[in-house]
Amino acid sequence: MKRRELRVGIVLVGLIVAMALVSFVWTPFSPTAVNSTLPLQPPGWPHVLGSDHMGIDTLSRIMVGARSALYVGVIAVGLAAVVGVPLGVASASLPRWAAEVVLRITDITYAFPALLLAILLAGALGASTETAMVAIGIASVPQFLRIARAGAMSVLASDFVLAAKASGTTRLRIAVLHVLPNIAPLIGVQVSVSFALAILAEAALSYLGLGTPSTVPSWGRMLGDAQTYLFTQPAQAIWPGLSIALTVLGFNLVGDGLRDVLDPQLREVA
Amino acid sequence: MSLFEVRGLRRVYRSSRQDVIALESLDLTVHAGQRLGIVGESGSGKSTLVRLMAALDRPTAGTVMFDGLPVTGVPERRLGFLRSRVQMVFQDPRGSLDPRMRARDIVAEPLVSPIVRRELGEFDRAQRVREVLDEVGLPPDAGDRYPHEFSGGQRQRIAIARALAPNPDVLIADEAVSALDVSVRAQVLNLLMRLVDDRGLTLIFVSHDLSVVRHLCPDAVVLQAGRIVEAGPTSALFSQPSHEYTARLVAAIPRFRSRL
Repeated sequence: MKRRELRVGIVLVGLIVAMALVSFVWTPFSPTAVNSTLPLQPPGWPHVLGSDHMGIDTLSRIMVGARSALYVGVIAVGLAAVVGVPLGVASASLPRWAAEVVLRITDITYAFPALLLAILLAGALGASTETAMVAIGIASVPQFLRIARAGAMSVLASDFVLAAKASGTTRLRIAVLHVLPNIAPLIGVQVSVSFALAILAEAALSYLGLGTPSTVPSWGRMLGDAQTYLFTQPAQAIWPGLSIALTVLGFNLVGDGLRDVLDPQLREVA
Repeated sequence: MSLFEVRGLRRVYRSSRQDVIALESLDLTVHAGQRLGIVGESGSGKSTLVRLMAALDRPTAGTVMFDGLPVTGVPERRLGFLRSRVQMVFQDPRGSLDPRMRARDIVAEPLVSPIVRRELGEFDRAQRVREVLDEVGLPPDAGDRYPHEFSGGQRQRIAIARALAPNPDVLIADEAVSALDVSVRAQVLNLLMRLVDDRGLTLIFVSHDLSVVRHLCPDAVVLQAGRIVEAGPTSALFSQPSHEYTARLVAAIPRFRSRL
């Protein structure tokens, strides 16, 4: 039952990744070439998904847009994991007052809306894919920190950590050799869920004009552009919207599926 | 010669509701080569006591000395003398072996630590791991496998092999056979006995099961509510328990023959 969800998720994510990879070597048309004689074409031939208000082939833009979405997801989630996981693991072995300080700072970060942070950063540094990634990454740190901390606490309470201490293993080695491998499945689930959120956030930022610049194809930007022509050519809004929805669904299904597949093992560990 | 000197040991677990006194002004001496049983019902402070002796916990008050050197109040990096000579086997090997490590790395863990290595001198690590795996009766390919690929008894053998790896003088077994099936228990007990004999180990054997302690340890102390209520030769504890609590523990041992 749950395995089927995982499989569907993997297929969806696989399709998006394949599309992004193919776009590096082949797209039906140039994703940036303007063709003013054929604007706002309905789906058909040769523009399978139609064309936008500047006559750019929509399928090509969708394919290249997958690149932006995955790029932002990888960097933002990577940033969040690289900052959040070590902090979470470290906070699990800190004395209680120090852990409290870390956790309260985490709460403050968590309470601060990601979108607002992105607008702030875009205002200070200029809107770009990079500022969007950093903003989304910072906003995702608290989830990683909390998950890593909770997992680390349960691993640190286990007898094999006690045995490691009795063997003279240092705290750093315990964190690297025992804690990290045992919380890796938890982190994997969080990566998948955060990836979905990051892609959604990037689309929202690009839609608002605070993310990927208009010269680079991105799904959020396409949605924004299509809005103006919603009543003349609604298909132009449907394709990027569907891409975002399917990608987010795919990563969420993978996350949920992984959680259910890995949970029994985790319980046995704890 | 006394190896462990425990003086006035006290351990209080603080919690928001009320403090729990796990150990109260406890004195204990363990001699080199002694086989000492520590018995008592669950919650009597047995595990707390041996964890403090192995410097895995800090006492609220009191001191532990090992071979003339203080163990309590000493930073971890200066405990090499203890870590290399005192090793522990825990109750449940499912919990005491990291599920994501191969048996080889689990057994090698005490040999990797810098503070332990400083005490041990030169040796071939892979060779040592093979030797101890063989010594506890595991097949030569056992090192490549993960804990879940072994049976319960074999897992406890891995835990014992890990404890033996640095060639310790003292083995602390904390309920080391209690989680095992009855059929496997005897095998592991015999293995422990053989190893203690062959290596001339000092054994501190914690158990709630008096019959197992009688089998293994000539001497025993009885713990109740964090205090030693009786100590002496195990045979005397059995035949003439002077404390009412010991008598109850002895009476609690199932005796099949009398029922038949």
